[in-house]
Amino acid sequence: MPKRKPQFIVIGGGLAGLAATMKLCEDKARVTLVSYQPVKRSHSVCAQGGINAAIDTKGEGDSPETHFYDTVKGGDFLAHQPLVRDMCHQAPAIVHLMDRLGVAFNRTPEGHLEFRRFGGTLFSRTAFAGATTGQQLLYALDEQVRRYEHDGQVQKLEWHEYLSAILDSQGVCRGAVLHDLHTGEIFSAKGDAVILATGGPAQVYGKTTGSTVCNGVATTAAYLQGAKYANGEFIQVHPTAIPGQDKLRLMSESARGEGGRIWVPRKKNDDRDPLTIPESERYYFLEENHPRFGNLVPRDVASREIHDVVYNKELGVEGQPMVYLDLTHQSEEFLEHRLGGILDIYAKFTGDNPKKVPMKIFPAVHYSMGGIWTDYESNGSGLIDHQSPRNQMTSIQGLYAAGECDYQFHGANRLGANSLLSCIYTGLMMGPGLIQYSRNLNSHFEDVPSSVFDQARDQWQGRMQSFKQMKGPENPYVLHQELGDILLANVLIVRENSKLEKALTQISDLEIRFKNVQCLDTTHWSNPAPSMIQQLFCQIQLAKIITQGALVRNEFRGAHYKPEYDLNQPKDFDPHEYVEYIEKKQYGEVLESEFPSGHTAYMKRYEECNEQWLKTTIAKHNNNQPEISFEEVNTSLVQPRPRKYD
Amino acid sequence: MPEDKTIRLKIKRQDQPDSKAYWEEFDLPHKPRANVISCLMDIQMNPVTRQEKTVTPVVWESNCLEEVCGSCTMIINGKVRQACTALIDALPQPIVLEPLTKFPIVRDLQVDRTRMFENLKKVKAWIHIDGTYNIGEGPVIPEKQRAKAYLLSECMTCGCCLEACPQFTKNNNFVGASTISQVRLFNMHPTGAMESEERLETIMGDGGIADCGNAQVCVEVCPKKIPLTESIAEIGRETTLQLLKNLFLK
Ligand SMILES: Cc1cc2nc3c(=O)[nH]c(=O)nc-3n(C[C@H](O)[C@H](O)[C@H](O)COP(=O)(O)OP(=O)(O)OC[C@H]3O[C@@H](n4cnc5c(N)ncnc54)[C@H](O)[C@@H]3O)c2cc1C
Ligand code: SF4
Ligand code: SF4
Ligand code: FES
Repeated sequence: MPKRKPQFIVIGGGLAGLAATMKLCEDKARVTLVSYQPVKRSHSVCAQGGINAAIDTKGEGDSPETHFYDTVKGGDFLAHQPLVRDMCHQAPAIVHLMDRLGVAFNRTPEGHLEFRRFGGTLFSRTAFAGATTGQQLLYALDEQVRRYEHDGQVQKLEWHEYLSAILDSQGVCRGAVLHDLHTGEIFSAKGDAVILATGGPAQVYGKTTGSTVCNGVATTAAYLQGAKYANGEFIQVHPTAIPGQDKLRLMSESARGEGGRIWVPRKKNDDRDPLTIPESERYYFLEENHPRFGNLVPRDVASREIHDVVYNKELGVEGQPMVYLDLTHQSEEFLEHRLGGILDIYAKFTGDNPKKVPMKIFPAVHYSMGGIWTDYESNGSGLIDHQSPRNQMTSIQGLYAAGECDYQFHGANRLGANSLLSCIYTGLMMGPGLIQYSRNLNSHFEDVPSSVFDQARDQWQGRMQSFKQMKGPENPYVLHQELGDILLANVLIVRENSKLEKALTQISDLEIRFKNVQCLDTTHWSNPAPSMIQQLFCQIQLAKIITQGALVRNEFRGAHYKPEYDLNQPKDFDPHEYVEYIEKKQYGEVLESEFPSGHTAYMKRYEECNEQWLKTTIAKHNNNQPEISFEEVNTSLVQPRPRKYD
Repeated sequence: MPEDKTIRLKIKRQDQPDSKAYWEEFDLPHKPRANVISCLMDIQMNPVTRQEKTVTPVVWESNCLEEVCGSCTMIINGKVRQACTALIDALPQPIVLEPLTKFPIVRDLQVDRTRMFENLKKVKAWIHIDGTYNIGEGPVIPEKQRAKAYLLSECMTCGCCLEACPQFTKNNNFVGASTISQVRLFNMHPTGAMESEERLETIMGDGGIADCGNAQVCVEVCPKKIPLTESIAEIGRETTLQLLKNLFLK
């Protein structure tokens, strides 16, 4: 008998899903690849800035270890360290692989890879392909997967929606319920494992920098089936976006990587043409407050500073919550070569030429550090055992996740250009473990009674049918917008418990109104209305996960800023003091006098805070509410310490 | 002018691939920085026509909303383009929206562009690598050549060039300018070049470059300003050479 070939279902064809598919096919597996739209149109095409790898081509002394340290520090130490370290060590090979696949990465005069700077690091570590790095990376993987499709190893189901995992009587995932978005047919698909590579959830906020399908629904569906959701409250607000009705388009961090400066007029409501405002009357607040990192502080820091300048100091441009992002000091030629595409986007949507006038930008919801909980297996020497079937498995056996929809690489705040990396890394890294998982299975889906698959299908057919029959007065699109507005008003950069409680009440009011939603279209062909209702239902649950997590977590960490719990780091504090403090502590009580005044007390506060809160937030679905608990974070490799970016 | 405050959209709709098309008009309040997609979203929130008839929301395709995914291509005021970058303030009213005509209709403004992806398969638009294992750096490539390739690699399979091309029709099998340009892209890459002959043979065959009538409208409508006629000329030269080679060597 020919050897049984492993068979997988990959949901999502962004970078993570395509990387996983390619890797699995290379190991002779068969893959069914499912996506809302043609995979080549996935959200990953939006990424502009670049992908990180410490290849150190400029002799700056960068290394994967430094990349690792920058990443865990950037994430305020909330990420599992062996995973981050493994990712950073794999990064150079990943970028070289993508280069071999034909990605048109910018080159040095000698024809090697060019690198630029990005936030949260002092090194040139970001490889880039013009101003459309994500598009170029995605296309390269899409092409490889097309090759396997051509050879018959991949079956693509585009215009299909994933509804849920199919669990057998032991709770093991054996397949997925899918929805053909054209015919409306709902059916079950079988596989040795199901991999969610469904991207981020930013659409739950309504207006974001993300694409329309970044809705977080697939992972929320897994949560509703019992999977753990982790660190939901850690939502990244990108400091620089362009206002718009349908979308808040991103102005990439690469604009600052290439010398862009952020400023506001020093005088309130200064309505002069910005080009006529002399240097001395400009407030370059990031450069002044953070002389070392300047405009390239991490995103959480930049967004908070902008928030402070425009709301507390009321210095926003034109009295609006906007600041200038200024590139006009760079030559037009340089800007065209390095940033052409993103500057075109700005010009297209605002009518202003950013090479000639400073851009007006403001913070917008961008990325979720949190996501569906996934496992990993360390190899005992601070890296990952790549053969382990535990890698990237959710808390439901046989259900895996990769890419932005998982949670483990960016802690409390993601550094720019690290996401494309974590997406490709997880997709590739999980491959061997998945093959092992399939081999280790005692029984395969072929042995599972067909009633398991039929029941799951029937249940979803019934559910979607009931959505279709909803006839209430509420428009689901309006409810979705209102849901976003609740989160934008209460669960954004600055978080207060009273507002978070208010948000929870408002979300539950909305949940009641959801019962009176109207299905706006009851036809049978290519009808998005029932799906939209199902998505709204999941997004309401997701909003609860995010808000509840934020309410419970009484501290200030990374993107989760609660002023009430700010530990007030002394201005002259040096993070290395903390390492020394921990050393000294081993020999007994550390006295106030051993460090500059106020520092010991601060470090004690920091230590206590970590004891309580340096933990992964876990949300479990229970009785229609997220039940929050906490899990240890693996900090076995570097001592967590206070962040500072001055 | 009070009209300034409302936007009028005239949309060609079709319920099913083989049903009859019909028109509907919508009046919407003007909003700053609105584009065609944000107007379609407004219709979802209140799907009522100008004649006050409640209808189903319009169906269309979009994703990135910043002209990099190619989804939202449609015909706007007679011109093929992306809806997400079609700013309302720059368009004369009423704004007329129609689906692409060279592809099968799915529903309303949504069409099926599978043919484009199938063509990429036909010409082996990929780089055949030995494997994903860590075997070190990619090829050294001069920045100038990289920049040229980058221009071509920005093609987002949107179909504007095919919609505009007089030679590309629903019932022939011409691959069109975008595919020819992808052949050039992959033949240009040091590794991709190893399969260039195969690609050329395909593009010399049925539905290939010979079907191009050199009307050059493709290049005018490409939103990514891809030098399509340059690509067609280049592949034309390469195929001629290949033809001669075949003549003498086979
Ligand atoms: C504007 C912007 C710029 C960015 N720039 C950068 C950058 O420069 N560097 C960087 O590192 N990161 C960047 N990021 C972040 C990065 O782009 C994303 O985190 C990353 O692309 C996510 O990839 P993914 O593979 O996880 O998912 P995606 O690319 O989002 O793909 C998700 C896939 O899942 C499918 N899907 C989802 N749900 C379902 C379902 N229920 N059923 C069927 N299919 C489904 C979708 O169709 C899609 O194919 C940027 C993000 C934004 C918003
Ligand atoms: S040159 Fe003319 S005929 Fe040839 S692909 Fe372009 S539009 Fe079509
Ligand atoms: S070549 Fe231009 S017009 Fe044609 S599909 Fe590509 S991007 Fe669109
Ligand atoms: S939505 Fe992607 S190009 Fe318009």
